Amino acid sequence: MRVTQGTFSYLPDFTDEEIEAQLRYALRNGWAIMVEHTDDPHPRNSLWEMWAQPQFDLDETDVDQAMSEIDAAREALPRAYVKVVCYDRSLGRQTSKLSFIVSRPPEEPGFRLDRQDGPDRRVRYTLHSYATEQPPGERYR
Amino acid sequence: MKTTNNNKGRWTAGVTPYAEMGYWNPDYEPKDTDVLCVFRITPQEGVEPTEAAAAVAGESSTATWTVVWTDRLTPHEHYQAKAYRVDPVPGVEGQYLAYIAYDIDLFEEGSIANLTSSIIGNVFGFKALRALRLEDMRIPPHYVKTFQGPPHGIVMEREYLDKFGRPLLGATTKPKLGLSAKNYSRVVYEALRGGLDFTKDDENINSQPFMRWRDRYLFAMEAVQRASAATGEVKGHYMNVTAGTMEEMYERAEFARDIGSVIIMVDLTVGYTALTSMSKWARANGVLLHLHRAGHSTFTRQKTHGVSFRVLAKWCRLLGVDHIHAGTVVGKLEGDPNAVRGYYEVCRARHSEANPELGLFFEQDWASMPGVMPVASGGIHAGQMHQLLHYLGEDSILQFGGGTIGHPMGIAAGATANRVAVEAMIQARNEGRDYYAEGPDILAKAARGCAQLDAALDVWKDITFEFESTDTPDLVVTPTVS
Repeated sequence: MRVTQGTFSYLPDFTDEEIEAQLRYALRNGWAIMVEHTDDPHPRNSLWEMWAQPQFDLDETDVDQAMSEIDAAREALPRAYVKVVCYDRSLGRQTSKLSFIVSRPPEEPGFRLDRQDGPDRRVRYTLHSYATEQPPGERYR
Repeated sequence: MKTTNNNKGRWTAGVTPYAEMGYWNPDYEPKDTDVLCVFRITPQEGVEPTEAAAAVAGESSTATWTVVWTDRLTPHEHYQAKAYRVDPVPGVEGQYLAYIAYDIDLFEEGSIANLTSSIIGNVFGFKALRALRLEDMRIPPHYVKTFQGPPHGIVMEREYLDKFGRPLLGATTKPKLGLSAKNYSRVVYEALRGGLDFTKDDENINSQPFMRWRDRYLFAMEAVQRASAATGEVKGHYMNVTAGTMEEMYERAEFARDIGSVIIMVDLTVGYTALTSMSKWARANGVLLHLHRAGHSTFTRQKTHGVSFRVLAKWCRLLGVDHIHAGTVVGKLEGDPNAVRGYYEVCRARHSEANPELGLFFEQDWASMPGVMPVASGGIHAGQMHQLLHYLGEDSILQFGGGTIGHPMGIAAGATANRVAVEAMIQARNEGRDYYAEGPDILAKAARGCAQLDAALDVWKDITFEFESTDTPDLVVTPTVS
């Protein structure tokens, strides 16, 4: 399966040039760039690990610098999900404005849906991430 | 207006023109705390526009048809509304824009029912007027702050769903009526696994003999969970809790919450107080609240009589919903582009300047109240994605019902076509391309790698709904008549 979180998961994976174009858009808008990664892509996992600190002070000419952090994360974590989060701190927004996956494991095992039967035909659902059957650091091997 | 004034003074028994009782006051300077309204008035033959405006001010605040001495027991100058400006509508004979100020003390805190009972309570049937329309309102921050607004708002909803940077996508299950619960959930599952974020009950799907609400909810939840497992994304189905009583609505909402639904919906037909109660319930229970504006066109559409949708949208943002249907511009339902831009501004802005071009007559400060996600639904398809993004922006929900379910390769394929189209358009916009002009090319290129989009573009390529709008803003502002 293919985890389709993020703004562009239904398009073919972006080339570096395409990623840079999105970074330029974010920097033009004055947004901070964050790189995050995980080996547990459960849709309720809202806290992916941070790769280094957010980059707050870049401008449009600093795309290479933002890109180098992405490359470093992808190189160090070839079997993890890596995403770029563009963050808008402006008043009333104060949240992510764009978030897209730039690297994913070669095989994505996906999720199992566990059902627990309850009374009155109610079912309690649990989404089980196959990858988490292994401890952190040993997934997607 | 046929009234008699024997020059006996303000307090003589009998009937005195409203304008002479203080309801017309061209020297009045509205206070920052006043609620301001602008009405489009069409007076009967022979009625002075200022008298008609004063009559509206009077009947929507303290006045009755005759002088009452009991007014003198009150500081009536404080409580009476004041018409302070009357302009002819540019280019239209016999219509005027009347500006009226109401002191904030006239309204109960946190009650749209009370606000509307005053402002639109009695005056719309007034014989001295041929027609009356409430065009816009300025709600002062002091009164805004007596409401909590959307239970979650745009920012919280995006964080909750973990979906950023693009319009959300939905579809209303079709046919609207007659599907069994299992067949219904088939549509939900296919649309969600194919790439939509939400599916939706239609406004008139409540609990009918062919499908009771409880059965629908259970089957729909299986579809939502299955789609979530297939994609790794949060998915939702708007479960319509509209019912005959509040008790039944709470029962349905609680059941939807208990089985894990992230969102419920309610129809405008339940009324402002019921909506407000559902809003408070939604906040307390962490469930998003979608509003379908069922019935609104009966009073929002005609330009001379009723209430503009921009006013209704303001009321709904105050009483608090997370989503509201606000027009598509390009789809099958009424919506002039500028008027619709104005509605979207009302839903989302932190602060708006007056902008007559968009039909916004007043500045409006929302005092940090979260925004409502506007929903575009009705006769839209993937081939219009550049237009939809251009007119409606990124913080919107695009609902393709027929445009998903009617896809020649099936429902999931229809959903995928829409998702690919929106992502491709966002990519192009962010890259700095003139996506509005180049839209068809951008879609054609995306379709080369996506058979589903290719088929969608082919089947709906010539579908447009180009009719003249009945409700459009009047642009030119002309000097005061007095």
